[in-house]
Amino acid sequence: MRFSQIFSSTIGKKLILGITGLMWATFIVIHLLENLLLLNPDPDPFNKWAHTLISLGPIIYVAELVLVLSLLFHIFYAVRVTWENNRARSISYVKTAGKGGVSKRGLATSSMIYTGILLFIFIVLHLLHFKYGSYYEYEVGGVVIRDLYRTVHEYFSDPLNVTYYIVMMSLLGLHLSHGVWSAFQSLGLNGPRFTPLMTKIGTGIAVFVAIGFIGIPLFVLLTGGAA
Amino acid sequence: MEKTINLKLKIWRQSAPDAKGELVSYDVKDVSTEMSFLEMLDVLNEDLTKKGEEPVEFDSDCREGICGTCGIVINGIPHGQEKATTVCQLHMRHFKDGETVLLEPWRAKAFPVIKDLVVDRSAFDRIISAGGYISTKTGSAPDANIIAVPKPDAELAMDMAACIGCGACVAACPNASASLFVGAKISQLSLLPQGRIEAATRVQNMVAQMDAELFGACTNIQECEAVCPKEISISAIARMRREYVKAAFK
Ligand code: HEM
Ligand code: FES
Repeated sequence: MRFSQIFSSTIGKKLILGITGLMWATFIVIHLLENLLLLNPDPDPFNKWAHTLISLGPIIYVAELVLVLSLLFHIFYAVRVTWENNRARSISYVKTAGKGGVSKRGLATSSMIYTGILLFIFIVLHLLHFKYGSYYEYEVGGVVIRDLYRTVHEYFSDPLNVTYYIVMMSLLGLHLSHGVWSAFQSLGLNGPRFTPLMTKIGTGIAVFVAIGFIGIPLFVLLTGGAA
Repeated sequence: MEKTINLKLKIWRQSAPDAKGELVSYDVKDVSTEMSFLEMLDVLNEDLTKKGEEPVEFDSDCREGICGTCGIVINGIPHGQEKATTVCQLHMRHFKDGETVLLEPWRAKAFPVIKDLVVDRSAFDRIISAGGYISTKTGSAPDANIIAVPKPDAELAMDMAACIGCGACVAACPNASASLFVGAKISQLSLLPQGRIEAATRVQNMVAQMDAELFGACTNIQECEAVCPKEISISAIARMRREYVKAAFK
């Protein structure tokens, strides 16, 4: 078997989904931790950190490229796998019922493709709202840097935008509540102690990410938006 | 204590592979709660035969839960609602008097319906032919313990070998994936020293055949394990994936 062949098999496609999904999940956790600086009433630490990242130059471009490529791979294989999985059950049952017990069948598992597509739309809009959103500059310690803090605080002073984030971040939590542990299983990483632990960690990450990313907009809105 | 109940069955009737099927309702009266589900169907079929109607076609052989021939989706669940049970071992005491029971065949592109509740599961046979064996001469029984096998591995291999190939995993999977079946067969052999020799080609060929039969990919939902009459763990699927990745580096 040629090595490349593994990626055209049902197992290989899930390996790619798992790896790219975990890359994004890792990014999202880091992204949340960085954004906790938005809770600071002083805009400087957040803006300085954002400025430091931008100033990394090539390193940040490579990181962005890796993220974009992994998302494109994730989407391509997710759509393909979902399509092939539907084809495999060409005639559906009159009735299906879950047996319960160990089964994880539920809202999260059956909505992966929908939460995923909505997340993709969200990511594009998110970049437009912030990275390519309203641009302010100010001077900190003799250097002129972007006031991204103000952009964010402005955006979240609108309750409609906050509501939109509450919905989308709940969907992200739903995607991750199945995605994280599933990725490990897809990579063949399973064990009598490891798997129950990963399932718990997966749920933990999903809840942490959802609550964190809902909490920041809510906090900004409730503490007065663009102060 | 023996009781009798009356049931309304809604059964998928389809006269031939290409024929259009439909649900047909039947009333079965005075069903003993001591009967198995298949015995209840035998009674219905006797009735139908006496009336000159075509009996309902369904598969069965051992009727003691070991051959894997039987399989009906009952009220939306392959083999019905009882834990770790095949249809032939499912008893009528689990049904209520007056209940409506829905009977459908396994549904998967790779398991076409032959007639009524009978599907063609030869896709499983072709997957086994692709690598579900070892090529050592068996001859007369070898000395026990010539090849040492760690006890935990032997136990695990036995758990995996419990698979009776009934196909309930495929029937229950939202993706009609055969991963639990193939994972169990690969695990059973790859856990033992005799099975290591062909481990790489086995997993490659069996997975390739599984994909060629158009079974879906595994989304890690674990519904397969929930319906498996032998309660085979999805750790089998993870092991198949590990073997597959290992084989790719050979
Ligand atoms: C915010 C970014 C995203 C993250 C962090 C993420 C994360 C994950 C993870 C960790 C998995 C588990 C992979 C596995 O089971 O091996 C997964 C599965 C999946 N993702 Fe995403 N994902 C994201 C975006 C998307 C997008 C944009 C789509 C668009 C179509 C998508 C569709 C899917 C689907 C359909 C699955 C299930 C595949 C299957 O098991 O059949 N995801 N995702
Ligand atoms: S008839 Fe043999 S397992 Fe049911």
